[in-house]
Amino acid sequence: MDDTVTRVRTTYRDAMREALREALRRDERVFLMGEDVGRYGGSYAVSKGLLEEFGEERIRDTPLSESGFVGAGIGAALNGTLPIVEVMTCNFSLLALDQIVNNAATIRHMSGGQFSVPIVIRMATGAGRQLAAQHSHSFEGWYAHIPGIRIVAPATLEDARGMLWTALMDPDPVIMFENALLYNLEGELAPDAGAVDIDHASVRRAGDDLTLVTYGGSLGKTLQAADELARNGVNAEVIDLRTLRPLDTVAIFGSLARTHRMVIVDEGWKSGALAAEIMARAMEESFYELDAPIARVCGAEVPIPYARHLEEAAIPQVATIVDAALRTLNKHV
Amino acid sequence: MPSLGADMDAGTLVEWMVKPGDTVQRGQVVAVVETQKGAIEVEMWQSGTVDKLLVTPGTKVPVGTRLALIATKGEVSATPEPVAAEPAPAAAVTPGPPVAHPEPHPAGARARVSPAARRRAEELKVDIGIVQPAEPGATISLADVERAAAQLQVRPLEAAPPAAAAGDWHAQMRKAIANAMSRSKREVPHYYLSTQIDVSRVSDWLIGENLKRPVASRLLPVVPLMKATALALREVPELNGVWLNGVFRQSSAVHLGMAIAMRGGGLVAPAIHDADRKTPDELMAALRDLVARVRGGRLRSSEMSDPTVTLTNLGEQGVEQVFGVIYPPQVAIVGIGKIVERACVKDGWIAARKVVVATLAADHRVSDGHRGGLFLAALDRLLQEPEKL
Repeated sequence: MDDTVTRVRTTYRDAMREALREALRRDERVFLMGEDVGRYGGSYAVSKGLLEEFGEERIRDTPLSESGFVGAGIGAALNGTLPIVEVMTCNFSLLALDQIVNNAATIRHMSGGQFSVPIVIRMATGAGRQLAAQHSHSFEGWYAHIPGIRIVAPATLEDARGMLWTALMDPDPVIMFENALLYNLEGELAPDAGAVDIDHASVRRAGDDLTLVTYGGSLGKTLQAADELARNGVNAEVIDLRTLRPLDTVAIFGSLARTHRMVIVDEGWKSGALAAEIMARAMEESFYELDAPIARVCGAEVPIPYARHLEEAAIPQVATIVDAALRTLNKHV
Repeated sequence: MPSLGADMDAGTLVEWMVKPGDTVQRGQVVAVVETQKGAIEVEMWQSGTVDKLLVTPGTKVPVGTRLALIATKGEVSATPEPVAAEPAPAAAVTPGPPVAHPEPHPAGARARVSPAARRRAEELKVDIGIVQPAEPGATISLADVERAAAQLQVRPLEAAPPAAAAGDWHAQMRKAIANAMSRSKREVPHYYLSTQIDVSRVSDWLIGENLKRPVASRLLPVVPLMKATALALREVPELNGVWLNGVFRQSSAVHLGMAIAMRGGGLVAPAIHDADRKTPDELMAALRDLVARVRGGRLRSSEMSDPTVTLTNLGEQGVEQVFGVIYPPQVAIVGIGKIVERACVKDGWIAARKVVVATLAADHRVSDGHRGGLFLAALDRLLQEPEKL
């Protein structure tokens, strides 16, 4: 990247809006629909101003019927458009699970490759906003279970800005999980920031002593934990998965082969979570690289509580990540 | 193979003092093992009958290796009988080459080795059985294997003869001391306290006591100091025990490790068991026995492995004050200097008194200066009433 170019101060929300705007401008087949995306500007104000700019045909408010409008999006995709469907939070997306699992994910396979569903479904995810159990869960792991769809989790401004277009160009369904705490994330972005790949994990911090694997809303905490570990003389590598299905096992296990120790940070519940899948694959593919048992820092196995202190205790935090890392290294601090 | 000190990783079986079929009692010496600290007699922890000797004399085996099978009362021989009349193996099976080394980790005592460490050990051709973890009980990691491999390059284990040449033996002892003391200075946050104790009364008492005894059983000045130290430790028990795996384990018994210099250099600190419950005469006998056996190179396994605290007396060398280094995993060392006559002020009068400087180096993870101070105060108080010792 050219250092002489002034980087633009922006937020994750604005970067996402820029991505939507670019997609809508770039291809007439693209349209956005979902609850309150038009007049209200989106529950998280991501699509604010887009209705005025692109009109009601392309920024479409829908009734409160996830199964209905996700199904409509799938139908539209089958008929040659590139729909972006916003589901307010992944908690509500369960109403559309039948459409996603039984239609979007299967039609290419059941039609012998005759039809494809190039839909992008965006949904907010995660806890930390005192919105209680029905608005705070993380279902990335559930969706990552399903063959036939790709799951991405932008955790940085670059990915918020760049993943959408690449996802639209994918001929198959892509679900994008946006951790709601990230919308206010501020930072600098190159003015020419654009499409990024959605195939590879990314090393966000290089290190030799152990590998911290994470994604989405936990990336920031994991990087902070790595800084704290550095103050204790531990040099941690941080891997941002970015794409949760298919997993970039080359990147994950390449790092493990150098560090031999791993902690997985995943806001989802531990049982059957994405973290569990990564551990299982490590056993299958990298057993002889392990110098210590892999540890997980996951969401507590409770519906996410409303009370702030309980909510904080229920999801990964910097201190719990540091603890797990030190235990994995057999260090007492 | 018992661990006869925190830094022992292997030992050579020198001789068996029992044979299969012999009845053995708890505490009986059954074997002699050569270590970096000399020949050590291995005692039994359990009574029973010797069933089978598993290691032949002259073999060097890692700590934790089974040396023999003992059948306890009522137990049948554990030696597996050949199974009769099972389906015979098809055709003749060519036997493999005889196994050259004893099984490093017998079944039931499988060492915890990380998968990466196991693979690396194979690559480096390091017998995983000789690799020691970074701290007792920890899993053997990649780094442990690589460290062991590096050490093997310097000193191949197989090459160590059962009775090493004197020079080599001293070098090994130096190495054992170096390991223990480096670990202590690296890991143990020492604090040091020192106090001058008036030992005039105890000296007078000792002269009186020794007049009653034949020359051969006279008490050395260190004996009342040993007893007072052991009794004072009862009052401040956090100085008496071991620090293992991040936890202090207090000992109810006081096994007083006595630092004893060896001829030709080096030292050991074997234990006098239950020093707080022994009379001065018993302590003297135990000390005399211990010194003789240290110089003769015949210590017992329990003496080497279980001191709960160390006492070091450098007074005979003219040292006034000792700043001790704790012997891990213990948490304290008491130092005694030489007894000197000093002009002391007492009740407004100057008087010539016999004094000694007692020091304490203790592990700050376990105790604080306040408690250490109470220990030295108790030591002082106990020495003012020597007849009660």
